[in-house]
Amino acid sequence: MKRLLASSALLAALAAPALAQATDPYQPDPAATPGGTITVTYKDDVATLDPAIGYDWQNWSMIKSLFDGLMDYVPGTTDLRPGLAERYEISEDGLTYTFHLRPGVTFHNGREMTAEDVAYSLNRVTDPATQSPGAGFFGMIEGFDARMAGEAETLSGVTAVDPLTVQVRLSRPDATFLHVMALNFASVVPQEAVAAAGEDFGRQPVGTGAYRLAEWTLGQRLVFEKNPDYWREGIPYLDAITFEVGQEPVVALLRLQNGEVDVPGDGIPPAKFQEVMADPEQAARVVQGGQLHTGYITMNVTQPPFDNVDVRRAVNMAINKDRITQIINGRAVPANQPLPPTMPGYTEGHEGYAFDPEGAKALLAQAGVPDGFETELYVMNTDPNPRIAQAIQQDLAAVGIDASIQSLAQANVIEAGGAGTAPMIWSGGMAWIADFPDPANFYYPILGCAGAVEGGWNWSKYCNEELDAMATQADSLSDPAMAGDRLQMWSDIYMKVMEDAAWAPVFNEERYTMKSPRMGGADALYVDPVSIPVNYDYVYVTE
Amino acid sequence: MAAYLIRRLGGAALILLGVSLVTFFLLYVLPADPVRQIAGRSATPETVESIRRQLGLDQPFWVQYGRYLWNLLHLDLGRSYLQRSEVSELIWARLPPTLLLMAGAIACELALGLTMGVVAALRRGTAADNGLMIASFVGVSAPQFVVGLLMLYVFAVRLGWFPIGGYGTFAHLVLPSLTLGILGAGWYSRMMRSSMVEVLRQDFVRTARAKGLTRRRVILRHALPNAVLPVIAMIGIDIGIFMGGIVVVESVFGWPGIGQLAWQAIQRVDIPIIMGVTLVSAVAIVLGNLLADLVAPLIDPRIRLR
Repeated sequence: MKRLLASSALLAALAAPALAQATDPYQPDPAATPGGTITVTYKDDVATLDPAIGYDWQNWSMIKSLFDGLMDYVPGTTDLRPGLAERYEISEDGLTYTFHLRPGVTFHNGREMTAEDVAYSLNRVTDPATQSPGAGFFGMIEGFDARMAGEAETLSGVTAVDPLTVQVRLSRPDATFLHVMALNFASVVPQEAVAAAGEDFGRQPVGTGAYRLAEWTLGQRLVFEKNPDYWREGIPYLDAITFEVGQEPVVALLRLQNGEVDVPGDGIPPAKFQEVMADPEQAARVVQGGQLHTGYITMNVTQPPFDNVDVRRAVNMAINKDRITQIINGRAVPANQPLPPTMPGYTEGHEGYAFDPEGAKALLAQAGVPDGFETELYVMNTDPNPRIAQAIQQDLAAVGIDASIQSLAQANVIEAGGAGTAPMIWSGGMAWIADFPDPANFYYPILGCAGAVEGGWNWSKYCNEELDAMATQADSLSDPAMAGDRLQMWSDIYMKVMEDAAWAPVFNEERYTMKSPRMGGADALYVDPVSIPVNYDYVYVTE
Repeated sequence: MAAYLIRRLGGAALILLGVSLVTFFLLYVLPADPVRQIAGRSATPETVESIRRQLGLDQPFWVQYGRYLWNLLHLDLGRSYLQRSEVSELIWARLPPTLLLMAGAIACELALGLTMGVVAALRRGTAADNGLMIASFVGVSAPQFVVGLLMLYVFAVRLGWFPIGGYGTFAHLVLPSLTLGILGAGWYSRMMRSSMVEVLRQDFVRTARAKGLTRRRVILRHALPNAVLPVIAMIGIDIGIFMGGIVVVESVFGWPGIGQLAWQAIQRVDIPIIMGVTLVSAVAIVLGNLLADLVAPLIDPRIRLR
């Protein structure tokens, strides 16, 4: 009997789910003082504060401050930490995630948040009628395809086990799943508030976040006030934030210099950059940070002559990246691979294609086009993109490639890229800023076969099924202990992409922003890689 | 008069129908897909098609346009694709600031333009005349974006007389009105000058002078009311010109009007907002012209409405 018990215990231990309890390494800022209000400006109006829909520069971190998801990030970093889920477990096969919710968390309307709300929110964001631009992120959840096809009322993989436990079953192991649960799109919303507001929920948001919406004067101003019942002790520090919209970045900077604005949400306008940096008093208040961004040139591999890998490599070698970074006042670092340096999976030491016009000419000759060829370079028509395109055009001309520039509105370039009619595209203004800090996010839509379809975002139309298989295999390594192996696989995938030269990566943009002298908190909060652009929950005022 | 009004309003309805058709058609053939803007980068082709169906954008042009017209007849401008709010509500919230800005600009262009024109006419051929006409030339030619930023820099940042952009008080209104009005002031001063020069040569002015009236009375009571007629007729047309200018001026000064709404909607192919703003602008222009025509005979009895 004892023997049986012992073996049963062993079996049970083996079958026990892998307990992966994310810890929260964040240490509160000892200098932080509560209270005060700040003013933040944006050029563009806020379209919506509905977490299932908002996907803009200005509303991304606003939504993060109004809502919470099961997972979150350590402020100013790309490190995951628990959010509304106090802890979670992953089954051994990596297919079942069990989230244990924090008890006592309330929505802004006073009602306690439960597992039913989590299930409702995931069902809502994947409801075709919601038209969420983030629905595609949830593709790994069991029942997703039936949900998107309108054949199921709910996601079969999501179950509210009890009021404080949610179970999510995946159709395939996916190491990015926890990141997806930290996306704005996975925010938990109360069903009754959504039902009451209908399509206007984006204007009457109700979440569990650190702030709640106090006022919204269309086209002018939004005011967020502190949520006094917020579940994170002592957060947020500020009493209120006023967002003034419709403010030209140049005017916002003038107002900052005049002491009327605390943070210009759109950063330092390019035209004013040198002036600001030349003034030591202003330069001292500039905050710089890397962002998960790569600017690149796509080459349509389905069209001659770009169907020849030597031609694509020649283009990579013809581009003088240092000169192009100078055009944007050095606000970037030259890129040598698709992933930006701050992204996990980045291949350290890889040098990419060095600037070598003679080598490029030799490759073109080898490819059978020794005299070059004519092509078109599509570019978005806002500064500095046409100037960058001109620099690319000159570099290409030096090796014999005659590229005419098609400078169009953003939507037109996206259309041409999706339709596959653009031989080359400079990605500036539409470039990939990661949705979440994981190498997979840079692959599937813009380099994988799934994006290489009509209307997809893979504008090179590069589809390497071998790499797709490797990617799937990498993402199936969801056991945290295998994270290192997984990143190595991703690194290999991107090195193969470079070998095939599907893109010419040009630069990784750095973010430069400013803050008023009274703003406190670590610099990383003002260039937060996840709460883009500013992490409002943790900044504070010093006076 | 009633028959005239009915005829004009009928004409206006036809113009609006034409504007809606042309705009709708241009947006239809535009090589940019609003559904992609809504669906986002991670969407599958199935999602994209599902959204297209829900918005009715998979239908042929005439079905889409017919549906739009039908809703329009029920005063329904639809919902914004990206904001998901009622277009009428979005426009309604932004109309008062734009109307206020236009009123301010008309006041500025009349005050500046008429004064400059009259002074130039009275001092014809002098340095003052030349100076004023060069100033009006600059006013007409200067890009509003540059004028606006310059005004902000000089009068708001350096001198601190006015707030640096924004909306709310009379002080906020001054610089954007001036920026928007300067173009019209340039035109008006030139028109006013030539009109005034013309009128000053007329017999009735000579008669007034011969009767021994003071120079001031001759100019203010006899010459000015006659010279100002062609300028008044221009104000109605101005509204159309303003519609182009407000997009720039509202951007520079952070003025929460429909110009900003239109600009953002165009960038994001938000068709219902673009249609709504275009129609509201067309209504404003048509009404402006109608008003100018109705007011003209009140000022000048020689004009008859037929």
